[in-house]
Amino acid sequence: MEKSRYELNKGLAQMLKGGVIMDVTTPEQARIAEKAGACAVMALERIPADIRAAGGVSRMSDPKMIKEIQNAVSIPVMAKCRIGHFVEAQILEAIEIDYIDESEVLTPADDVYHIDKRNFKVPFVCGAKDLGEALRRINEGAAMIRTKGEPGTGDIIQAVRHMRKINADIRRIHGMSEDELFEVAKELQVPYDLVAYVHKNGKLPVVNFAAGGVATPADAALMMQLGAEGVFVGSGIFKSGDPFKRASAIVSAVTNYTDAKLIAQLSENLGEAMVGINSDEIEIIMERRGQ
Amino acid sequence: MVIGVLALQGAFIEHKKMIESLGISCIEVRQAKDLEKIDGIILPGGESTVQGLLLKKHNIFEPLQKKIMEGLPVFATCAGLILLANEIEGDSSHYLGTLPVKIKRNAYGRQLGSFTTYQPFEDCSDFPLIFIRAPYISSISKDIDVLVENKGNPVAVRYKNQVAMAFHPELSENNKLHQYFIEKVVAQTLSPIV
Repeated sequence: MEKSRYELNKGLAQMLKGGVIMDVTTPEQARIAEKAGACAVMALERIPADIRAAGGVSRMSDPKMIKEIQNAVSIPVMAKCRIGHFVEAQILEAIEIDYIDESEVLTPADDVYHIDKRNFKVPFVCGAKDLGEALRRINEGAAMIRTKGEPGTGDIIQAVRHMRKINADIRRIHGMSEDELFEVAKELQVPYDLVAYVHKNGKLPVVNFAAGGVATPADAALMMQLGAEGVFVGSGIFKSGDPFKRASAIVSAVTNYTDAKLIAQLSENLGEAMVGINSDEIEIIMERRGQ
Repeated sequence: MVIGVLALQGAFIEHKKMIESLGISCIEVRQAKDLEKIDGIILPGGESTVQGLLLKKHNIFEPLQKKIMEGLPVFATCAGLILLANEIEGDSSHYLGTLPVKIKRNAYGRQLGSFTTYQPFEDCSDFPLIFIRAPYISSISKDIDVLVENKGNPVAVRYKNQVAMAFHPELSENNKLHQYFIEKVVAQTLSPIV
């Protein structure tokens, strides 16, 4: 991939900052999400909570269904492919998806290799639970990072853990002396140049969103205060009692994430939140997929 | 001089850094009362549907529209251009509607259609134009100045106190358009040369 294309792809993620990306399964849901203020939608057949409930193998969505969602909204449309499944990614590129999520929510297709994302023109977002993982994905060509969290649970604890871990790692490297960076590159199993970037700038070279377990406006604001640049909401919206209201409230909470008075108002009368599953009580741990 | 950048959604930090690189202070505008503190405003890139919605929801829409009509200098990029346009193709409504141009959303297609090119702007022969899912200015009223053209089409325009462009100067290293806004629009408004 040429450098200017990668810059354009990172740039698109910059335009999504301060926004909420919502999982949708139908054109109708996509329209609701757009009206509620989603900055992008993630088109998928089943939301993570249902993937969890159904079990079995979970794959890329039907391209026809993705295209219908593309036609329904003017905001960017993302879609997921399995970890390592570069043909699913080629298909998504062929239908001109705006962003591919190489996602641990689907059943991995390769337990060793991630997709060589540098071979694609379309941008990729990948999950990470620590800095090493984030930089490895960036080295493979990811133009955006998100926390893995534990999707489909409505339990925020893993997303918090991942965001804190990534930012603690960044602060540690930012404060190091230059001669210590070589050892960090070895420890994190990433190229020296990426470590040097983090050391110099005190941030990732790409945008970093929170994902996995966000269910309430308070969850979204929590992730923003912890340093997320935006939020993915998966099952949290369309598994709740009043999706439009909840989606609008989460959008406003992300914009005004430090305004507790406003978030208090936004949190009133939202109806049923999604039924949560405690992430300690589940059998499939998605965050362990891909390293 | 204080510049505000609308900080509801999108790439507003990048603009803030550009303005600060010119030695000018820049604040984030999140509420209507912030408009009282500024001498010019930047409407950043992002998603116009989201920004338009949040402007209304947080009661900034009308005060901002009024300020712009009364002459508050405004610098708008990409989604910001869509917010200013008084006509949007395929849409019966518009947002602020203070700029007499007609625009087309996502006119170059999806992300695969995003591109970078270089065109002259003032004394700079290769000013970088970064288009990301950009809108297209399909027609302009006669009294609009074209600042930058790409293949014969206007991509940056000025109309009185409003400067708007379809691309993202804030993602480049070149702050010449921001400098133009500060010197030729904001400074002139603060102390007009008769």
